[in-house]
Formats: sequence, structure tokens, C-alpha cells
Amino acid sequence: MLDRSKTRPLRLIVNNQPHAVTADPFTPLSEVLRDHLGLTGTKIGCEAGDCGACTVLVDGVQACSCLIPVAQAEDVPVLTIEGEDGDGLIRRLKEAFLAHGAAQCGICTPGMIMAAADCLMKDPQAGRAAIEDALGGVLCRCTGYVKIVEAILDVARGGGLPVQDPEGAFGARIARVDGRPKVEGIDLFGADSAPGDALYLRILRSPHASARFTLGDCRPVLDRVPGLVAILTAKDVPGENSFGIFPTIKDQPVLADGFVRFRGEAVLALAGTREAVEAVRDADLPIEWHPEEAVIGVGMGLAPGAPVLHAKVPDNVLTRGYLECGDVEAGHAAAAVTAEGAFETAFVEHAYIEPEAGFAVRLGDRIEISACTQAPVMDQEEVARVLGIPKAAVRIRPTACGGGFGGKLDVSVQPLLAVAAWQLGRPVRIIYTRPESMASTTKRHPASIRARASADAEGHLLAYEMTGDFNTGAYASWGPTVANRVPIHATGPYKVPHVRNRTRAVYTNETPAGAFRGFGVPQAAIANETLLDDLALQLGLSRWAIRRRNALGHGDRTPSGQVLHASAGLPECLDAVEDAFRTFEAEAEAFNAGATRFRRGAGVACMWYGCGNTSMSNPSTMRIALLPDGRLVFFNGAVDIGQGSTTVLLQIAAEALGLPPAAFESVIGDTDLTEDAGKTSASRQTFVSGNAARLAGLDLRRAILALGNAGPEARLALEGATLLIRDGEASRRVDLAALPRDDEGFVLVGRGTYDPPTTGLDARGQGVPYATYGFAAQVAEVEVDMLLGTVKVRRIVAAHDVGRAVNPTLTEGQIHGGIAQGLGLALMEEFIPGRTENLHDYLIPTVGDMPEITIHLIEDPEPEGPFGAKGVGEPALVATAPAILSAIRHATGARICRVPVLPHRLFEALQAKGARS
Amino acid sequence: MRYDRPTDLAEALAIRAERRVILMAGGTDIYPAFAQRKAWGDASRADILDLSALPGLDAITEDEAGWRIGSMVTWAALADAPLPLLFDGLKEASRHVGGQQVQNRGTLAGNLCTASPAGDGIPNLMALDAGVELSSQAGRRLLPVADFLTGYRQIALRPDEIVTALVVPKGPPARAAFVKLGARHSLVISIAMVAAIVELDAQDRIAAARIAIGACSPVALRLPGLEAALAGERLATAPRRVEAAHLAHLVPISDVRASAEYRREVALHLVRDALARIHQETARRAA
Repeated sequence: MLDRSKTRPLRLIVNNQPHAVTADPFTPLSEVLRDHLGLTGTKIGCEAGDCGACTVLVDGVQACSCLIPVAQAEDVPVLTIEGEDGDGLIRRLKEAFLAHGAAQCGICTPGMIMAAADCLMKDPQAGRAAIEDALGGVLCRCTGYVKIVEAILDVARGGGLPVQDPEGAFGARIARVDGRPKVEGIDLFGADSAPGDALYLRILRSPHASARFTLGDCRPVLDRVPGLVAILTAKDVPGENSFGIFPTIKDQPVLADGFVRFRGEAVLALAGTREAVEAVRDADLPIEWHPEEAVIGVGMGLAPGAPVLHAKVPDNVLTRGYLECGDVEAGHAAAAVTAEGAFETAFVEHAYIEPEAGFAVRLGDRIEISACTQAPVMDQEEVARVLGIPKAAVRIRPTACGGGFGGKLDVSVQPLLAVAAWQLGRPVRIIYTRPESMASTTKRHPASIRARASADAEGHLLAYEMTGDFNTGAYASWGPTVANRVPIHATGPYKVPHVRNRTRAVYTNETPAGAFRGFGVPQAAIANETLLDDLALQLGLSRWAIRRRNALGHGDRTPSGQVLHASAGLPECLDAVEDAFRTFEAEAEAFNAGATRFRRGAGVACMWYGCGNTSMSNPSTMRIALLPDGRLVFFNGAVDIGQGSTTVLLQIAAEALGLPPAAFESVIGDTDLTEDAGKTSASRQTFVSGNAARLAGLDLRRAILALGNAGPEARLALEGATLLIRDGEASRRVDLAALPRDDEGFVLVGRGTYDPPTTGLDARGQGVPYATYGFAAQVAEVEVDMLLGTVKVRRIVAAHDVGRAVNPTLTEGQIHGGIAQGLGLALMEEFIPGRTENLHDYLIPTVGDMPEITIHLIEDPEPEGPFGAKGVGEPALVATAPAILSAIRHATGARICRVPVLPHRLFEALQAKGARS
Repeated sequence: MRYDRPTDLAEALAIRAERRVILMAGGTDIYPAFAQRKAWGDASRADILDLSALPGLDAITEDEAGWRIGSMVTWAALADAPLPLLFDGLKEASRHVGGQQVQNRGTLAGNLCTASPAGDGIPNLMALDAGVELSSQAGRRLLPVADFLTGYRQIALRPDEIVTALVVPKGPPARAAFVKLGARHSLVISIAMVAAIVELDAQDRIAAARIAIGACSPVALRLPGLEAALAGERLATAPRRVEAAHLAHLVPISDVRASAEYRREVALHLVRDALARIHQETARRAA
């Protein structure tokens, strides 16, 4: 099977250097660059030309190196992110990307920069249209492309870079502190490094949604294939063969044991050389499949007599969520108007450009896992459980994370790597393919929502009730979180006295649905915002006015009975977008007066989102240490998935301590070196870990001031191993090398722990589930082609109450990226297991799909937050889809109840409307 | 597993005659298919015959009879080539296949040979009345594109043949347009697309029209009824002559991109759009 004779010597010219390699001529250039030449700045996101992450210049023009046989690159100049052009253009692009915040997670950055270089080499003064054309083949999931295009335009105009605040503490637009390696292409993601002797792991996955299987003897395959070391099965899992987010619901096996519950489920793990694991075809392995009836969709899962996925859950209902306040029947009865509707959303794929990857090394009785993740301590707990070893025996060393959005909260590669490395006693690495990543990892829950809203004659909301069924797929993952978070948020950010919200998370034989930016709230917002538009229409009120009239503000009570004492800036958000909404509305009506085929519309929607876990302790601990040599180290257990926590938390710590961010070095996420900061999820890192960072900074500052006998206003500076403490006229120099050291070798340490103050929820869902909430109002302008049913989002104006913006550049970047994902949710994204498991059938927005975006940052400080800050990661996305749907309705009259509004669906809605009228 | 990249056609034809090989031009369709198979546990590949080093296949040449587009001519080369207005539709398609990365490597001939119903080059070649030049050790033959495409991803390429060129015949001066419908701006597989070419007489009336629709049938189809109906029509009013009956022979399917009903309905508008675009462009040039 293995054919060494297929390789041949090839001459390459990469970054102006000649290279001799020996490879199969069919090997994609991307693989040769990475594996033979060590140029891992060229990223691989899909191996199919769909994402552009592997873009390099071949003979001076951009090309996907994953689509080029290395044979075709022979003797042709190839330029990668690690190279330099004669004019310093790539250098200028790198600096501009860094300064503008154009790199978030950084996985698309090398491809973007090379595509931009191609554009500006052809036309150094290229304008926006040419730049967008040139970037059309590179996908970014973080930035919404806005700051990328700004950075390139800056270079094209020969302009200066934005001025950076040298102090750079709280509120300053500093460049992300982990940005340099991202723009240089030297940040190490999950697939970018591994020990040289690491075996490759390849997973055989179920092609069936539901099946039993029997496994024959694998020995003959092992004997036949040189380099194949092991074929691991469920029996090889030394501890518990199960994992899952909740301690009581560990329902997903590491390797399936006799039956599978979704297409993509892991069945066998092949370990060996890369050639060997790829040489074995799935069809060569002794598995006999017996497919069974699969439960597809919540309707089928809930139907009487439906196949049962998990014996402990005979009705397939994993969890129920509930919230009730007031008397909803009385509320409806007292209303002047009532609106109701049924809404459907699809599975949505996170589509981070980095497929899951990493490696594991066994060191005696310990194991170390380096992989991309959003939750190192949860990974640690899962791995310990699966191996049957103490948690302390597991070290998680997160790699750079090429996007997460909730999809890398669950373990994926970690238990598989752990089992293989543990059992084989050799380092093991794995790199998921794009289809494997899409088929096997979690999705946004599809929702089926029925809701009913009532208001009085003035438009004051009186009652809201909803039932939502969320398709949680084959395994629980974060299904309970979605089911519990949605009832609290499902009314939208409005004052409603009478509420009853019910949710269910339902098992099906589909891809597990888990965490995805918003945990079910974006789906619920589509329902409540549409109903609010209904009520406004019925009452003849402006859609903006009905929202302003009901907006939660200071002193208001939420449906869970929580009084918002502070930082409830939705009224201010709405006020900030009012002019835009009126302008868009008036312009649309003027445009439509003369138009037939194309119609424009304006829409508005609001959102709220509780920061942190729902009614659960979710503490974070941060430490800052001063070393005898004057190094100042921030031990920060929060992983940065591109959103910027490494920078933001540092800015907060720096503000609290009184030394500039540049004085620090950071240790991120390593479970041996950092304390538990909790998950990078639930928009909690700025708020929760931010508070921990603030407290750690204050703690260290207290220790320093005590040492220097200085007052609270003292100013600090570090000069080598000398710490300067200036207090008014007095000044003291502390020789750090002379101070006593603790067990870890630190001379001074500050530590901070923060757990947001929340309460449990009672049987009616009443309590204080979150310490604070983010709020936003967004306005959208669309243009609809009435004949084709296509929608172009022209402009979005977004006002977000962020408490206080720690770093406005990063805050804007979150909002841009959230809008892009919200646009995708509204218009194009639909994951269908088995059918859209790649990035050409599953569509996410490209640069040309993005509207012009205006952002208003509303700063209603949160007293509980670090210097007033709260989270923005998820709030960025929630309002966008309903604002777009509102605008489509304004343009066309079609009320959309199912997303994505693919062209054929809008076309059908327009036809149905035409038939009715 | 062999990989041959010959530097002369005779050698390539000899290899082709000798054994079963996959023909590779730009590779932009071969690698995605390979990646999909690999992801589901089959990383095997057939022998490859790489055509990219064959001399002369990357040229576009013109003589009295017409144009010869070598089978290694990329989308980007087509978009940049000095070609008459007849090729405006093909050029438009060239700028919207994949991203620029794919346009710089992928070839028109490869797009034809993949024979996807959604191949953007195919309706254009049909409207251009193009022929496919097939070379083998036995010599060359020319097959009309419509005869070359025999079904869903099926082509009439004999096991010993290689596509060496696409041949576009010369006729009276003509104008062309291409409209593509997809669910996003860039990097998108067409839901449906239309290529239209019209020849105009001195009074700006349509002397001849050639119109083809893709992604609405296993193989793109010409619209002979409409083409006949447009003869003698003024360009300005041509879009109004398009009727559903002219598209009755389409057999669209429902897939992840759109429903069959939708494809059938919007195909009509896309044909009108293509004709309207030719009219607008002609008026713009006249102004």
C-alpha cells in the first residue's frame, strides 16, 4: 500500500531561496511548505480552495497552495508570509494589520496579507473595490473584514498608522499584545507544531446517523500496513469511555462501543506514520454496519414511539427550561393587540478557519495536551476522567486558537490524543480535515419556536409566552445551557410583566449541538423581535418607538425578577440609532416610490445578554508576579480565541497595578502555570476574568506600596531589576534581586479571584441569574431583488452598551465580527449533516457580503465590572439577524419566520404574499 | 501511483494511450474531490497525467476562422486577454469563478471537463458555439461542446484523448453577457446562470441569438425556441420576448442551494437580465 517510489526530488524557489525536497509530486504545495520547509505561516483550512487560508504568491499572483501539486510549483517563485518582497509591501501590510486590529485569531491573516500583497503589487493605489475583489477568496470568521480592508486601504494610501497610546492601559487602542506573531505568520496553532517523532492519529467515523456495528479482527490490517502502529477501539480507553459538559451527563463516548448516534461519530483511532494512517482506507477495516432508523428533527424526536437515543432519557427530552412571572393569561386578556408566530432556525456551523488539531505527550504518569481550545481546565478534567488519572496529572497547554465561537468549548481531539499517547507511550498528533471538523463537532441548535406577545393600546408590552424546542443532536454537550438561558432572555430586553417561557432540548440522531455565540438567544431574538414588529404594525407605531417605550433601563425589573440597578444602557443605544433608523426608513420609502424590481427597507432590533454562566458559580483567578530580575509576569488562564482577552485582561491588570502593559510578559492558559480562569465563553472573560485581573493588579500594588511605605497615589516604574516607587516628592528604589523569594521564585505576587454575584433560580425561573447584561440596538438597511429573492445588506448601525470599552479597537472588532455572523445566520448559513460538510456548500459571508458598518459604543459603566466594563463577544451577534429580517419585511412586506432566508425561501415568501394580496 | 508531467504532447498522448490516468490542468477541481474522499477514509488516488508543462496549451490564438483557447488557459488569462465583445460573457464568468486564487490556476477546459451542471464556463461555451479539440495518437477531432457533454459529469472524452483546445468560430460581430446567481457575493457555486450572445444588424435588431442556461439541468441547455423568437427583435425590447415556454425543457433539481421551482422561475428573469445587460452595455458604448 505504501509506495515510496512515488516520491521524487523537486526544486523549489521559496521566498527567494532554492530548496530541494523529495515528495510525491501530487502533494499539495501547502503541505510541502509546512511539513518539508517548516513554513507553517501558510495555514490549511479546507484543502479545497474554499477558505484561502493557504494563499501564497505563485509566480507573483495569489493562489491556494492546497490546490497546487508541488510538481507545478517546481522552479516557479513562491512567496509566503515568511518572505519579503523587494518593495517592503508585505512588511507594511503586516504593520498595518497589527495597528488596525485586522488580525483577531490570526488564522486567516497570512492568507489575507498575501492576497492583499497581490492586489497592491498590481495596483499600489488600489481602491476599496479592487481590494475587496482581491480578498474575495479568503474567508475570515472573526473580523467581518472591516478592519482588514481598512488596514489595506491605509497601505494603499500610503497613510500613517494609527497613533498608539504608549501607556496603553484601560481604554486605550493598543495593538493586541499577541498580534505580532499572528501577522508574521509565526503564531503556533494546533496543526503547526508537534514533536518530531509524533505518530499521526486518524479517526474512522461513522458514515451513518444511527447504526449498530460489529468489529472484526484488526490484526491483519496492522500486519499488512508498514508504519501502522495501532488501531484503538472503545476497549482501549483506560478510564471512563465518555465525556460531556455536565458532570451528570457524560453521554458521548470517546470511541463508539457497538453503536453510533450520529454521522461523524468517532469509532476507531488509527495511529502510525502519516503515510500509513492515510494508506488504510475505511473500507479496508473489518467493520460491519447495521444502520437503524435515525431520528431527524425535533418533531420526530418528540413523536410517540420515536427511537430512544439514550436509555436514561426515554422521551428524548434532555432538559426543560422554564420561566414564569405575573399571570400570562391575564396579560393577554388585558391586551389591545396580540401577535403570534412560529419560527424555525437551522444548524449553524462555527466555521472557524482552523480545524481542530493538536498533539499529546505522555511523560511518565502525566500527560500533556497541546491543542486549540476555549476551556483548558474543562479539557483537563475530561482527559483525567477518560484516562482514569488525577486531574493534576494532566497538563493542558493551549496552542493559539484559530477561532472558536463556542465550538472549541467541548473537547474534540483531546480525549482521542490522550488515549492514544497514553496507551502507546509515544507522542501523537492529529489534524482534523475540514469535513471531519464539520461533521463531528458541535453546531448552533436548530430551534422551533412558537411565541405570542401582547401589548396595550400605547404599545406597552403586557404578556409574552414562548415554547422553544432546541435540537441538541445526539449528545448533550451544552444543550442544558441553551435550554436554561433562553427562557430568561426570550422576551428580549424589554419590560414585560407577564411572561411564560418554556424550552426543551431534544435528542436526535444529528450532529451534537452545543455552544455557539449566544447559546440559543440569537434564535429566540428572531421570534421576539418579529413579534414586536407585528405589534408595532398593528398599533400603527414606529418599530423604533415600540422598542424605546419598552426598553429595559435603570431600575427596571427583568422577567426573572432581577432589578437592573446599573449599566442598563438600552435606551441610550436606541437613542443612538434613532436618526439612522429614521433616515434609512425615509430613504427606503423614497427609493421604493420609483422602484419596481429592487426595494429597500430599514429594520431595527435589540438584544440583551447576561454575562457569565447562568446562576452558577463561574470564578476566575489571576496572578501577577514580580521576579528578582525585574520581570513582571501575568499568569492568565483565560485562552484568547481571537477576541482579545490576552490584551484586554492585561490592560485591566496594568491599570490596576499602575505599570504599562509593555512592562508585562504573559503566560496564557497553561494549566500547570496558571490558575483556573474558567471558559472563554458566555461573554465572561472581560467581566469575570477582568475583575480577577483587576484584583490581582490591586493585590500586587498593595504589596508594593506596603514595601515602599507609599500612599495610594504612588507611581510605579520598573528599570531592570529595580522597582521605582514615587510618591509625591518621595521616591524609593527597590532592588528586587535583594528581596526574599517564595517557593516559585517570585519576590512579590498579586492574586485576584472573582465570581460574579448571582443566585439560583427557583421553580418559576425567578432570581438573579447574571451579575450584569450587555445591551444593544442595531439598525439594518437592505435592498431586495423582488424577482430573484436576493438580499443585499447595505448598512448596519450598531449601538452597544459595553459598560466601558477596555480597548475600543478590539470592541469594534468584536461587533464587526458578530454582525458578519448574524448576517450569515439570517441569509445563508445552514448546516445539513452529510450535505454541507465543506465550505463551498456551507456558505459564510465573504468580504463582498458585508455592509457598511457604523458603531456607537455606549458606555454605561457597570459598577460590578472591572473599571466599569462588561462583555461584548456574544451581544455583537444577537441583534443582527432580526434587524435584517425587520428590514426585509419593511422592503417587501414578507414576514420571515425561517432562517436562513436563502433566495428561494424569500422568493417563495414573496410569491405567497403576492398570492394573498 | 504515478505522476507524469510530460513536456511534449506526443509523450502525453503516449501515456494517455497506455494507461488509465486522471488528467490534471489547474487542479482546482481535483484537490477538493480528493480532500472530500480523504476525509471519509479514502486517500488513494489514481495515476495523474499533469498537462501543465505541455508547451503552447496556455495560448489564445486567432486566425480567420476563429479563436483557439489552449486547454491550459486560466480564467485569469481569459479575463485579461484582448478579445472582442463576443467574449464579454465568458470574461464576466472568468472573474466570478471561485476567488482570484482559483481564477489564477483553474482553466476553462478543466471546468468543461469536470462537467458539473454548475460549471460557469459551460453555458458560455455553448453560446459561443465552441468546439472541443480532442487530441490522441490517432490525430485530432473537433466536437461541439453540446456533443462533448453527455450527461451529469459525463463527457465524450475517449480514454486515449486529451482536450488540447477550445475553438470558437468567427461570425458577425456580436455582444455577450453572463449573469450568475448565487447566495453570496464571492466564492459561490451558481444556483443558476445564463450566457447570452446576440448578433445585431445595422438597425440594432437581433440577427441571431444564442442563449444557454446552466445549473437548471444535468447539462447546460441552449434555448432554441427563444433564440428563434428573438430574430428580428430590437435589442431594447428583447427581454420582454422571453416567456416561460422558452424554458419549458429545463429540468432543474432541488438541492442545498435552491429549490427546483425557484430555479425554473428565476431562470426566466436571469435570461431577461442577460439580454438587458447586453442592451445596457451596447447603449453605454454608443453614448
